[in-house]
Amino acid sequence: MKTTDTPPPVDRIEDRPRVTKTAAARKKEKSSEGGVLNVFSHGVLILWAIMVVLPLLWAVMTSFKDDDSIFSSPWSLPDKLHFENWSRAWSQAHMSDYFGNTLIVVGFSLVGTLVLGSMAAYVLARFDFPGNRFIYFLFVGGMSFPVMLALVPLFYVLNNMRLLNTLPGLILVYIAYSLPFTVFFLTSFFRTLPTSIAEAAFVDGASHTRTFFQIMLPMAKPGLISVGIFNFLGQWNQYMLPTVLNTDPDKKVLSQGLVELATSQGYKGDWSGLFAGLVMAMLPVLAAYIIFQRQVVQGLTAGALK
Amino acid sequence: MQHGKYRFIVGFLVAPLALYAIFVIWPFIQAIYYSFTDWTGLSPDFKMVGFANYTRMFDDDIFWKSLRHSLVFALLLPLVTLSLALFFAFMLNVGGRRRKGAAITGVRGSGFYKIAYFFPQVLSIAIVALLFQFAYNPNDGVINGTLQAIGLGSVQPDWLGDPNLALWCVMAVLLWSTVGFFVVLFSAGMASIPKDFYEAALLDGASRFTTFFKITLPLLWDTVQSGWVYMGILSLGAEAFAAVQIMTVGPGGPDYSTTVLPLYVYQSAFRDANAAYATTIGVALLVVTLLFAAIVMRLGRRERLEY
Repeated sequence: MKTTDTPPPVDRIEDRPRVTKTAAARKKEKSSEGGVLNVFSHGVLILWAIMVVLPLLWAVMTSFKDDDSIFSSPWSLPDKLHFENWSRAWSQAHMSDYFGNTLIVVGFSLVGTLVLGSMAAYVLARFDFPGNRFIYFLFVGGMSFPVMLALVPLFYVLNNMRLLNTLPGLILVYIAYSLPFTVFFLTSFFRTLPTSIAEAAFVDGASHTRTFFQIMLPMAKPGLISVGIFNFLGQWNQYMLPTVLNTDPDKKVLSQGLVELATSQGYKGDWSGLFAGLVMAMLPVLAAYIIFQRQVVQGLTAGALK
Repeated sequence: MQHGKYRFIVGFLVAPLALYAIFVIWPFIQAIYYSFTDWTGLSPDFKMVGFANYTRMFDDDIFWKSLRHSLVFALLLPLVTLSLALFFAFMLNVGGRRRKGAAITGVRGSGFYKIAYFFPQVLSIAIVALLFQFAYNPNDGVINGTLQAIGLGSVQPDWLGDPNLALWCVMAVLLWSTVGFFVVLFSAGMASIPKDFYEAALLDGASRFTTFFKITLPLLWDTVQSGWVYMGILSLGAEAFAAVQIMTVGPGGPDYSTTVLPLYVYQSAFRDANAAYATTIGVALLVVTLLFAAIVMRLGRRERLEY
């Protein structure tokens, strides 16, 4: 089963007569389709859409209710918009601190991951030297190892370096654990870029370093965006690493901070505040997803497809 | 091109490699070494004990329980997730083919479905777990509340508190949050299958079932397989850890009914102060993960179809 030539764009050609088709003809076609199966399939698709969207809408709605009505009438609309839930969560429940910590950690980790990852990937993709394959597989092998195994000794490595429970420590660990996928992805990406431009720059007297930063890196922008989105979501949503390595209450990031709020006795009972916090943490990624929907999907699926 | 080449290579590799070696490679090597000691993690003193940790592990009921749960996660969860995702992706990309006159289309509104289904994937697993913890709450939770409202008031399961149900509840949440990712992944794969294959099937009068099993699935097999490995590694590791740790009481559920291997590693090290034993379970987790990946790759190997 092998076709070497690319198939013609059939759908384009086939699309055209559709425009002129009368409503009656279309209706006839529709009724000829296996009706029962269709109703069933559509039903399942709609059901899943509801199951996915409803909990999120419900969480947003609940964050505007007062505590009593959350439990007495979970499905009714709020009597009025209780914005005080949001302000209470933001200031008293330390959501602002968690947000700040997350922004710092993810900001530095993301930049570090992209810079260091692209440097390593560029060298591994473009230069022949002894040990090249070995280093490549050393990096890529990290993708399939269970992180939990390394976390126990890592805890003590960080402790010895006085980096435990600090944001710089967390940043370095995030970068290190993001490198396997980043190097894997960007190595194959750099291999696809044309060599002639880089060679021309080099002949013109640009150093290797300059060629990399001024020529290759701008050309690699699409790849950097894909892998950047992948890492952004992964690092923003990270839960296991901070849970083990970052137990200082003042240094908590969003995901662990929320879990802390939900389980700590002091906040038990403030359900509306908790829901406001949950929604607050959900909104940035949901908004980013709706706006950059195409790039997010490409970035996330690029990894598994390659 | 030789001028300064090696200096450049070393200069560019030293920082990423150092970071990776210190925080990833070195802890992995240490973990395997520590599994042969009696290190508690609290004091710097320890001595070699040979295979004592391993014999202890084989006699440990909780270890076998968590192993069993982890295996259920790695085998059953991907099976359900990928099947559901394949069905959805097929409907969204090929299923509606006879409606429009165009040879191959998805059902109506497929663009919307793809966007909506992917939503949970961008959320933190911690947030998802918290949200469903509320929903599962036996007294005030939405699920039991809804059961009551539709006249099933006598059916009020204890969800996460019931040892027989808790594990399935956690799995349902992971299913909920990952199906969308695979729908989109498989959609991308299906988009690259040449349309004339489908047209040929259509001309031959093949049903949708035949089309799916004879054309789509075989040509998508590589993607399905790497998806299975990806999902298995997730559900043996970070995702399962977060979901179980946040959602179930204990954590680990009533009577260890939801403990999974990564959670047991975590608890042994940081709750029971038994770092050496924790790394031993971690080694078991490593072996299970690698075996799993190897078996899936092996079983899935077929004649490669090119198109």
